[in-house]
Amino acid sequence: MIDSDKPTEQNNQPVIKVRGLVNRFGTHVVHENLDLTLERGEILGVVGGSGTGKSVLLRSIVGLKRPNDGTVEVLGTTLNELDDAQRSQIERRFGVLFQRGALFSSLNLQENIALPLIEHARLTREDAEHLARVKLSLVGLPPQAALQFPESLSGGMVKRAALARALALDPEILFLDEPTAGLDPIGAAAFDQLLVTLRDALGFSVFLVTHDLDTLYAACDRVAVLSQKRVLVVDTIDKVADTDDEWVQDYFHGPRGRAAQLAHTASSTNAYTQE
Amino acid sequence: MPSEWIARHDQTVALKGEWTLANYRHIKTALIHTELINTEPGKPTGATVSLDAITRLDTAGAILIVELIGVEKAQAVADWAAELPREQQALLIRIAEAMEAPLDVDPPTYSRISQALASVGQQMVGLWSQQRQLLAFIGLVMATLFHLALRPRHWRLTATVAHIQQSGLNAVPIVALLTFMVGAVVAFLGATVLQDFGATIYTIDLVAFSFLREFGVLLAAILLAGRTASAFTAQIGAMRSNEEIDALQAQGLDPIELLVLPRVMAMLISLPMLAFVGMLSGLAGGAMVTSLSLDISLTQFMATLQKDVSVTHFLVGLSKAPVFAFVIAVIGCLEGFKVSGSAQSVGEHTTSSVVQSIFMVILIDAVAALFFMEMGW
Repeated sequence: MIDSDKPTEQNNQPVIKVRGLVNRFGTHVVHENLDLTLERGEILGVVGGSGTGKSVLLRSIVGLKRPNDGTVEVLGTTLNELDDAQRSQIERRFGVLFQRGALFSSLNLQENIALPLIEHARLTREDAEHLARVKLSLVGLPPQAALQFPESLSGGMVKRAALARALALDPEILFLDEPTAGLDPIGAAAFDQLLVTLRDALGFSVFLVTHDLDTLYAACDRVAVLSQKRVLVVDTIDKVADTDDEWVQDYFHGPRGRAAQLAHTASSTNAYTQE
Repeated sequence: MPSEWIARHDQTVALKGEWTLANYRHIKTALIHTELINTEPGKPTGATVSLDAITRLDTAGAILIVELIGVEKAQAVADWAAELPREQQALLIRIAEAMEAPLDVDPPTYSRISQALASVGQQMVGLWSQQRQLLAFIGLVMATLFHLALRPRHWRLTATVAHIQQSGLNAVPIVALLTFMVGAVVAFLGATVLQDFGATIYTIDLVAFSFLREFGVLLAAILLAGRTASAFTAQIGAMRSNEEIDALQAQGLDPIELLVLPRVMAMLISLPMLAFVGMLSGLAGGAMVTSLSLDISLTQFMATLQKDVSVTHFLVGLSKAPVFAFVIAVIGCLEGFKVSGSAQSVGEHTTSSVVQSIFMVILIDAVAALFFMEMGW
């Protein structure tokens, strides 16, 4: 799905380069010598059983957790070596969607999304709130939601609003931690489609932690499987599904995996015949 | 007017350069200068627009373009701007779809007078319902307390002891220090005033009466209201926003029994002890001042205490401690249960629990002082 004639960026350096990452909590080792690369413009799905450290990996990349060993290069720099101002410069080029949304509970949705626009892009409040309303509509929220506070929203609406906030600054890298968990299937499918449309249009790269097989088939260019404290395999989904590993086989060829695969092939042949 | 982003020749407008968030402000200014968009939104320009020279486009830029050319034209972008890369066309179409419905929702506005009246009414209703809730909650706690009094299996001893340690034992140093200093201050005050009458010996009585009857228990209660009521509210509030309370109820467990009673019992045990500590160290503070600056020896201090001050005063003071303890614990827990989700709500209710419990402690103390005076105790 990666377009060769992408107009956006000049260099073909990977946007994220993780080498030899080690993460420990006390004596419990989560990652051991983990290597991972996120290429520019791709959507990388990261899967793995519960407790294999998907979220920990995400937190180490965005700099919320200092790794015990190894290097994490983001956009060509190592975050932990930068001073605060430089780091903030890099960090505003990320968008992060946290697992539970993490919207600011004392601000309404419109203000939640306008905040980074005012702080980083230095827009006036009026402009920022206008952009915020468009982005809320873009992720499929009704206009009335703009003035609501996060506590009065359903889980799915929180997810959408959090995506709108992650997209607020038109980031170069989007980190999504289980974005479709808690969405209904229709909403989840719309989310996948939205993600691909925006990626094609804006050319950002996506680091997507998920359990959702449909998302993997519909949106991801490559899939990385976390297992045995490292990245077991990273490749296109068909090749990953053929990996000779018990967990991978169970995951992709269990009843849900087969259903998702079937749905995917059905929808792509449909699209083909329509064209 | 030449610009980095817009070139206008009569009725054709060529957009060029980077239409991105970073340039949003400048582009918008340029658009307003060239009178392509008005400050009033919703009026697309009639001019012919070409997008060929745009080098970069993001959502912010796309929003400006859609505002400039109107939603319908943006949705049909493939027909008139075929040279534009497919991705950017897709972006324009998505943004146009998003902007199709009117986005501005104005909150309903009311006149200032009705706003003021509404806010007064709201405050009154809030106050009234707060008092009713407090009474209802006290009733609920009492009922559960009596219900479980005869069922030792349901006593949560471990939790109670843990709370006694947190809110009682750990508060001893601060209570002792504070009352010691207030005792010294009261003694100084008494010494200064009573010196004029040559009655400095009565400083002892002043310190003893005030600490046994009032200050020991009052200071301890106010400290615990600040220290423990807030902790209770924050603990229970965090559980509430994490849906832990709901989980307890859904499992058929009683949050009053599990969360509130151990805290109430811990306070009922801790506060009288802390009040006693407060009385002792208040007296010690007074004794230090009288012996150092008034030349009254410790022996004389003790002898005067024994002679002048009856044990009634001690009992009067201590009898208030359980009442204060109950009120502080109940208010702290109730405010915790009122927390709703947001971080701001936790803050509001913690503040409210401290203010309410200090207010109630002082109010009850005043009423009790009247009562004891009338009774002649």
